[in-house]
Amino acid sequence: MSAPVAVKEGAGRVMRGPLISRWGALAVPLLLFLTFAFLVPMFLIVVRSVTDPVNIGMGNYVTFFTTEANMRVLGNTFYIATVCTVACLAIGYPYAYLMSIVPQRVAGIMLVFVLVPFWSSLLVRTFAWEVILRDTGLINTLLLNLKVISEPLPLIRNTFSVILGMSQILLPFMVLPLYSVMQKIDPELTRAAANLGAPPFSAFRRVFVPLSFPGITAGCLLVFVLALGFYITPTILGSARETMISRFIADQVQVRVNWGLASAMAVVLMVLTFVVLAVASRFVKLRDVYGALGEG
Amino acid sequence: MTDSFRRWNRSLLVVFGVFVIVFLIGPSIVIVPMGFTAGQSLSFPPVGFSLNWYGKMLSDPAWTSGFINSFQVAVCTAVVASVLGTMTALGIARGRFPGKTIANALILSPLVVPVIVIGIGMFSFFVRFKLSGTLVGMVIAHTALSVPYVVVSVSTSLRSMDRNLEMAAANLGANPWRTFRRITLPLIMPGVFAGALFAFLESWDEVVVSIFMTTTKFRTLPVVMWEQVRQVVDPTVAAVATVLLATTTTVLTLALVVRRQTPVR
Amino acid sequence: MSAHLPSGRAVRTDRTALALRGLRKMFGDVAAVAGVDLDVQEGEFITLLGPSGSGKTTTLRMIAGFTEQSAGSIEIDGVDVSTVPPHKRDVGMVFQNYALFPHMTSAENIEFPLQMRKVPKAEAKQKVADALKLVKLDSYGPRYPRQMSGGQQQRIALARAVVFQPRLLLMDEPLGALDKKLREALQLEIMHISRQLGATVIYVTHDQEEALVMSDRIAIFHDGKIEQLGSGEDLYERPISLFVADFIGESNILHGKFAGGSVVAELGTWRVGDAAAARASLGADSPAALVVRPERLRLIPRTGDVPAGVNTVDATVTDVLYLGSTRKYELRLANGQGVGVRQQLGGPETTWNPADEVRLAWDVDAGVLVAGRGA
Repeated sequence: MSAPVAVKEGAGRVMRGPLISRWGALAVPLLLFLTFAFLVPMFLIVVRSVTDPVNIGMGNYVTFFTTEANMRVLGNTFYIATVCTVACLAIGYPYAYLMSIVPQRVAGIMLVFVLVPFWSSLLVRTFAWEVILRDTGLINTLLLNLKVISEPLPLIRNTFSVILGMSQILLPFMVLPLYSVMQKIDPELTRAAANLGAPPFSAFRRVFVPLSFPGITAGCLLVFVLALGFYITPTILGSARETMISRFIADQVQVRVNWGLASAMAVVLMVLTFVVLAVASRFVKLRDVYGALGEG
Repeated sequence: MTDSFRRWNRSLLVVFGVFVIVFLIGPSIVIVPMGFTAGQSLSFPPVGFSLNWYGKMLSDPAWTSGFINSFQVAVCTAVVASVLGTMTALGIARGRFPGKTIANALILSPLVVPVIVIGIGMFSFFVRFKLSGTLVGMVIAHTALSVPYVVVSVSTSLRSMDRNLEMAAANLGANPWRTFRRITLPLIMPGVFAGALFAFLESWDEVVVSIFMTTTKFRTLPVVMWEQVRQVVDPTVAAVATVLLATTTTVLTLALVVRRQTPVR
Repeated sequence: MSAHLPSGRAVRTDRTALALRGLRKMFGDVAAVAGVDLDVQEGEFITLLGPSGSGKTTTLRMIAGFTEQSAGSIEIDGVDVSTVPPHKRDVGMVFQNYALFPHMTSAENIEFPLQMRKVPKAEAKQKVADALKLVKLDSYGPRYPRQMSGGQQQRIALARAVVFQPRLLLMDEPLGALDKKLREALQLEIMHISRQLGATVIYVTHDQEEALVMSDRIAIFHDGKIEQLGSGEDLYERPISLFVADFIGESNILHGKFAGGSVVAELGTWRVGDAAAARASLGADSPAALVVRPERLRLIPRTGDVPAGVNTVDATVTDVLYLGSTRKYELRLANGQGVGVRQQLGGPETTWNPADEVRLAWDVDAGVLVAGRGA
């Protein structure tokens, strides 16, 4: 038999003609809305960072990058975001793996335990950690009553409490992309590897882990980027020493009313975010990353 | 994987899984009984049982107006976001227009840009139109933040829908509008509804942008709570937190049930 | 005509129900359909058969109006419908994956085209009931598609496609998703229903057996064109090309050159029947192929006389397969080419064993001459 021409049958487009523009037009209202409600405000921040106070030019950026305290805030932000990402991966990976090997029904229940916190108020969850960790909080009261300790442990207003709270809040953002990738890995593959003589852990490490890599990248990326911009949690659970860049921006606006510097820092934070995303978008499709969240 | 490996590996994983679940939801659950304490402070275990703090919450106009404002904003946001988002998802899936990739990026960008930046940006822009501290301003802000969830949810429904169904409808004599009304819309409705509920939740719990966009005259519940948490913490806050959680859980359950209803071919 | 559904017309009329003229479809630079001409008579059952990618489904979609043709025209009942949108073409279609609306019951699905045509409620109800009866699913009206088996769903899809008495009934591999047994049962049912309704059917499949069973005529698609159009018997007994001979049924193909009424090859010289030679009309010394069906070959001992009017070639038995009603021999020619022979059981046939050296014989008229490779 001669080789058939490689034409995909039925690949024709459906309902062509004037309809196309009509369908496309449906997207216009939202795009206009987002341009005015979102893009213009973002652009305004960029403008403000070089025009407030008048004729400042790049002055706000110079001030920011030459003040040691400000740079410490930036360093702090990166440090906390990195530790949170590692912590979330360490906790989230085994959890997502467990979800991928248990029966569907159990996985569904495990998913609910991830989705409920994901959609619950970040403020409430932060408040819960404060109630648990503070000097008169749950843990210290318990330990004092049991006479394990005589003085309250310093569990709050330090880097530890910030990382603990943030990791817990960000964990769903790690688990969801991981699970959506692991779910699609054919369990026959690890079985096949075992059948080919791979020892159990080796089969997991050489077959399953590499296949889950897109999920790891997506999850880490998401957690890291979100952690960079965290405001509520580090403000409530941390002290001034744990100030992250978002709190710094808020303080500049609310306390010092220094819009120029605040805007410059906002631009720095935005640029950082986009750089991370741009680098990461070479490895994962961003739509998939965010898609994993809405589809639960 | 061999069975023996699976067995010890699994039991270890299961124990770990339980710990993670406790870690994820335990802290939030701890708050609930604290709001029912008969004592004067936020303590655990709570002392006795009373509805005092709920009573205090209901008699404090800051809380009650915050609750009403939040609810209004969230409902309006859900409606506006689901209409705009559904139209857009259809436009992207079915239509062709230049710059689709950029449009996609724009729609998802409110999820990417740090909320603090969005907060100060929106404030400094909307204040010029006297929109800060108004219902309209808040709905605009929250719609921008929550519309990506609607677009994603509806797009998923559209993708899982069999395009042959629309062709079949046309073949059976339905014009494009009737095909949409009778076939497409009913089939993506669970996605639209779930998207609306997600938009509601996003608005209901949103703090950071709200902090900048509200004024003393118009505050949402999370903003009132944010100010309370940073000052005096009494069990009223636990009561409010419980109300926020309960609403979230109810709406989310509804959303998940609806999502399940999606007719599968 | 009965009151509600069209009844069978006793004989096919000679009216042309569908005419395709120079139909083409380009996807970029590639021609998925490269010039198709076809006339379908009213009441005829025509199958478009071909391997995947041969353009048969694209042709069907152009008839339905889902895909716009790049050139050529489509006429239904003598009217050019090329620019008519799908919802106004009035052709019924059955899809491979049924395409039943999952949010509607069977009855609602079947009623849908009637609603679109504003058929009065009472009349529509009666037509739905008749259509359900037609596909023998009378009591399945209130069921949702997901509550039915694949075969039942496809019958509902068929009922939906015929309930509004379309001018044409298109079927796009409707049985492709079903298992073999169900497929065979439904083949007969579709045939009966389409005859009963007198419907003009264009049926797409890649399953040649299905095509042979169901069709009045079959159009063999190859590289976006109709390679041969004819009855199943035409295609099997008188293929006009190597492709058709190879695609329809099993065949043994002996390559050589055409010279003096024979095919000449290293392995021998084989005479070609006059009718076959006339049909192929090959020039002298052009590459030729002689096609012989497995059941037309006989195994005879190498020693002994060759009767007149018979061609032969020597071969060695490699495998013997017992298949119930037949026995199949796999053999190898001197040049290494494999050949299959099918022996009807029950007669006084000799049984051969692997490694036996035999001679293959066939009547001169059993060989079909087609142009060979490179012709």
